Amino acid sequence: MSDKMHIKLNVNGEDHEFLAEPRDLLIYALREKLNITGPHVGCDTSHCGACTVTVDGKSVKSCTMFVAQANGAEITTIEGIGQPDALHVLQESFREHHGLQCGFCTPGMITRATKLLEENANPTEEEVRFGMAGNICRCTGYQNIVKSILAVASELNSAKEAAQ
Amino acid sequence: MNDLTPDREERSAGLKGLGCSRKRVEDARFTQGKGNYVDDVKLPGMLHGDFVRSPYAHARVVSVNKDAALALDGVVAVLTAEDLAPLNLHWMPTLAGDKQMVLADGKVLFQGQEVAFVVARDRYVAADAVELVEVEYEELPVITDPFESLKSDVVLREDLAGQTEGPHGPRKHHNHIFTWEQGDETATNQVLDGAEVVATESMYYHRTHPCPLETCGSVASMDKVNGKLTLWGTFQAPHVVRTVASLLSGIEEHNIRVISPDIGGGFGNKVGVYPGYVCSIVASIVTGQPVKWVEDRMENLMSTAFARDYWMTGKIAATKEGKITGLHCHVTADHGGFDACADPTKFPAGFMNICTGSYDIPVAYLGVDGVYTNKAPGGVSYRCSFRVTEAVYFIERMIEVLAIELNMDAAELRRINFIKKEQFPYQSALGWEYDSGDYHTAWDKALKTVDYEGLRKEQADRVEAFKRGETRKLMGVGLSFFTEIVGAGPVKNCDILGMGMFDSCEIRIHPTGSAVARLGTISQGQGHATTFAQILASEIGLSADSITIEEGDTDTAPYGLGTYGSRSTPVAGAAAAMAGRKIRAKAQMIAAYLLEVHDDDVEFDVDRFAVKGAPERFKTMKDIAYAAYNQAIPGLEPGLEAVSYYDPPNMTYPFGAYVCVMDIDVDTGVPEIRRFYALDDCGTRINPMIIEGQVHGGLTEALAVALGQEISYDKMGNVKTGTLMDFFLPTAWEVPNYETDYTVTPSPHHPIGAKGVGESPHVGGVPCFSNAVQDAFRAFGLRHTNMPHDHWRIWQTANDLGLHE
Amino acid sequence: MIPAAFDYYRPKDVEGVIALLQEHGDDARVMAGGHSLIPMMKLRMAEVPHLIDLQDIAALKGIAIDGDTITIGAMVTQHELINHDGLSAAAPILSEAALQIADPQVRYMGTVGGNIANGDPGNDMPGLMQCLDAQIELLGPEGTRKVAAREYYEAAYMTDREDDEVLISVRFAAPTGGYSYEKQKRKIGDYATAAAAVQITKAEGKVATASIAMTNLSDVPVWSEDAGDALVGTTCDTEAMKAAVAAMLGDIDPTEDNRGPVAFKRHVAGIILTRAITRAWDRA
Repeated sequence: MSDKMHIKLNVNGEDHEFLAEPRDLLIYALREKLNITGPHVGCDTSHCGACTVTVDGKSVKSCTMFVAQANGAEITTIEGIGQPDALHVLQESFREHHGLQCGFCTPGMITRATKLLEENANPTEEEVRFGMAGNICRCTGYQNIVKSILAVASELNSAKEAAQ
Repeated sequence: MNDLTPDREERSAGLKGLGCSRKRVEDARFTQGKGNYVDDVKLPGMLHGDFVRSPYAHARVVSVNKDAALALDGVVAVLTAEDLAPLNLHWMPTLAGDKQMVLADGKVLFQGQEVAFVVARDRYVAADAVELVEVEYEELPVITDPFESLKSDVVLREDLAGQTEGPHGPRKHHNHIFTWEQGDETATNQVLDGAEVVATESMYYHRTHPCPLETCGSVASMDKVNGKLTLWGTFQAPHVVRTVASLLSGIEEHNIRVISPDIGGGFGNKVGVYPGYVCSIVASIVTGQPVKWVEDRMENLMSTAFARDYWMTGKIAATKEGKITGLHCHVTADHGGFDACADPTKFPAGFMNICTGSYDIPVAYLGVDGVYTNKAPGGVSYRCSFRVTEAVYFIERMIEVLAIELNMDAAELRRINFIKKEQFPYQSALGWEYDSGDYHTAWDKALKTVDYEGLRKEQADRVEAFKRGETRKLMGVGLSFFTEIVGAGPVKNCDILGMGMFDSCEIRIHPTGSAVARLGTISQGQGHATTFAQILASEIGLSADSITIEEGDTDTAPYGLGTYGSRSTPVAGAAAAMAGRKIRAKAQMIAAYLLEVHDDDVEFDVDRFAVKGAPERFKTMKDIAYAAYNQAIPGLEPGLEAVSYYDPPNMTYPFGAYVCVMDIDVDTGVPEIRRFYALDDCGTRINPMIIEGQVHGGLTEALAVALGQEISYDKMGNVKTGTLMDFFLPTAWEVPNYETDYTVTPSPHHPIGAKGVGESPHVGGVPCFSNAVQDAFRAFGLRHTNMPHDHWRIWQTANDLGLHE
Repeated sequence: MIPAAFDYYRPKDVEGVIALLQEHGDDARVMAGGHSLIPMMKLRMAEVPHLIDLQDIAALKGIAIDGDTITIGAMVTQHELINHDGLSAAAPILSEAALQIADPQVRYMGTVGGNIANGDPGNDMPGLMQCLDAQIELLGPEGTRKVAAREYYEAAYMTDREDDEVLISVRFAAPTGGYSYEKQKRKIGDYATAAAAVQITKAEGKVATASIAMTNLSDVPVWSEDAGDALVGTTCDTEAMKAAVAAMLGDIDPTEDNRGPVAFKRHVAGIILTRAITRAWDRA
């Protein structure tokens, strides 16, 4: 075992400091040290995206990042995206359009979708499918996930147009 | 009465009962990352377990040296078969009547088999300790082919040596497990011998895996002070797990509490009992601390239950006009190292005998031989009722092959052989009684919607253009018409380890008119908390929003057999309706008392009981609930509760008609799905939104299986598809949009007429995608080619047909 | 899947990296985005007692377009390649290729240097760099040296880079003419069944220059000089393309894997190359 490192993370706006082995994976540090259990482990090899979080503005698969690499970073997980009394529009849209079933991929899916809409506020269906291709869902067949995201984009854009 | 009608509709809508696309109550927590899955369970002092697994597919375990592992700081225990033997837990019974090693007892039979269980302070130390356990193996000859296995001198299961009788009858060879026969072989052979036309085909339905996004895991916590064991786990059948845990461990059943928390998809993967569950229990008993075991994806794919792996040979007899006269099917079933199929006890090949499909076939025979090989054990129903995907694939391919033999249109061939509406209930040649159906209506609707004739014309034009060298893309029109058999099942012929396959629902109405209902099933994404409340809302007249549904905790929920084989709606859904009716019966008496009329003089009206002929005199269910608790009613006990254990009189038989239009790049083997139309008839529709979601998901899993998803082995028994790089799970990019449609033919024996839908799209989808690929090459002489139709295999088909010359 | 323990370093400059590499020799590895290395470490197929994270080294970042010379720092991510306007104008084949690598999350972490440096035959950037005739800049204890991408790869995971050297950047002349990166794969996230990088320039209606490189069809990327030569002076007609494909097939040596047998891969390589040439020629 190597020496433990002093790790500082800002997660969902809150500062955390703890000791961890450098090999501690970010996903386990979040889940087991900080009790942030929204992101999940699905494949272990960076294919499924269930562990997706945002690290310094980047969509990242946290099963494939050492906590040492993330030291000093600002991280957003599903828990930081909306609050029970103020849900993010994507959280509402996934419910409205039945964009989830077992819920295991959902935190990673919504976290990635928030970033996708930042990258491209007005995506086509094809762009949504391509932009979400790092997240595997075994239940929904994606059709309603795509619908949920497109509905939010369209809602945000009409709100923007109305404001202009 | 007329002026009351809109009021009634309004009241009815307010209930959010049957037939409405109610939004899911589960979603609030899932969308906020507040699901509670097994790996989220964290207990004080919890240890982590991890397996030492065999790198060899067949080897003798000469020795296991734990010293270095035990010397590592943070390692608490290393368990081997030797440690489990005194507790008689080194082997465990499988659901199929076989037994399976929990930890390698002298030898290993497949790559990835569990050899030792390391228990440590955290998952990191456990993983390090796994590397330090020294195991000496002596390699043995590896058999990965069931036909070779039946000829081999190598005895795979030495523990069964000399046993010529297995749990399902005689064994013909030391690597043979069972022979299961249904129907009349003599009569079938007579028909085949005298038939005008016989089509024969052999096909392999490859091995695959359900691969839910959450892997399997458990947390066992033995409280030595009060002698209670609590077990959280990814269990599709928590009550059965409790019974098995009790029988295995000797802990009395009331001292075991099994909890299935949120489950991240099951698809059959979480029906069986795995060594990890047993080891976590033993480790907790040994250490006195809670022990968590969660497998990684590679372990999941290489050691937990696979699906399919059926070698099927069919002969189908018909008249020259295409009327089918007989069907013969033989299966060589590769079960791997142990027979760990998850089927009802009396059905070692599941419901494979539904393989006469949707067709009126007067005589048929099915024979299945189960065989051991050096592959992972299992044989679970991956998003289907027991072996129904195999059966439907078999018959839907045989129909296509017969159509080729007859030079006939495959849609027309189906139509002239469908069981007719007036023949239901229909007795099949292989022993089932189909409850209801209207196949012709569904088929005609499907073909009309997709403009079947237009598609065939376009396809013919494409073939001509291809021959002229104007295109390198061929077009396939995939058809499938399936009949599922779900909702196991009648206790008289279906049980799991002796437990009859009933299910249950218990309802408690609270004084203020809300309720909690608990069922013996467990949702893995199907939305039970939403839909069961809808069934109850319509039955008891309280809003679905006021009814909490609970499942998965054996201390609180009534005993049930769990969720798989699309049995939740057919069995537990029926139990819910029946329990609701018991509530209503008592409510009627309370209402009559309150309204001061005779019981027979009040009638149920959406959310109330009203005096017949005087609808303005009524008591709402809320009034009645309050009265049940706040006043003495002569002749009635206080309270308003009911429980129902439902033993279904028959299975249910959902059906559907699917059409897939596919373009295939002959040069690269890349298929492109242009259109997929799915018509499902699942009887009464409880929540159309959820049905549609189930269909999308099932079709996507069908696409995966048909077009590339497989567990494959090399000759040495090494798993070649151990990560999601090679095990094909499609992303949003590879999946099309689906068109869904429906007809409604209620089940006559189900209290609300519902049949179940979760698995239909997978069962019907696999042959539809496969038929689309194969149909594209029909004009060039293709008769049959095996799945999975990945790029190279499609290319190979084209190449074999000379299309690259 | 848990990796073995290691010591972690995050030096601020390349000199620090070199010092660590010299100190620990074979026991040290540098890591860029980590999306190739970390899965290997988790599977315990790569043992790395000393892990050197390059993320803080400013000198390895950035895309420079200086006249017609393009320099890309080793730590530039695929995401940055795709979203860099100047680069997309100057060398559009880069973003076309990068979009076909892995998935959005992986492209946020995956770097040009990481993709090029380790000699994984499945990676797309090595073939692309050969097509562009890039120079790979390596820094070692003796200073920097340049190696042509076409000379860099020796065998699978074996390259010209010494253990105590770090890949600093790649540099190439801004390509002119038409381009195409064609890749067949089983799904998003997969390596290529076959991929082709093609750059073609046109003069007076004929091919003036052509550069062709293939990916995942040998244990190293394959720049097929003969395939390019077969096009020069032609109008990219069917015969010329057939000749180019024949030449390319003489240079590749695919092996069977889950993507398919050799005959299939060779056939698809020909198809993919034909399509890439056709598209590049259309764009020339």
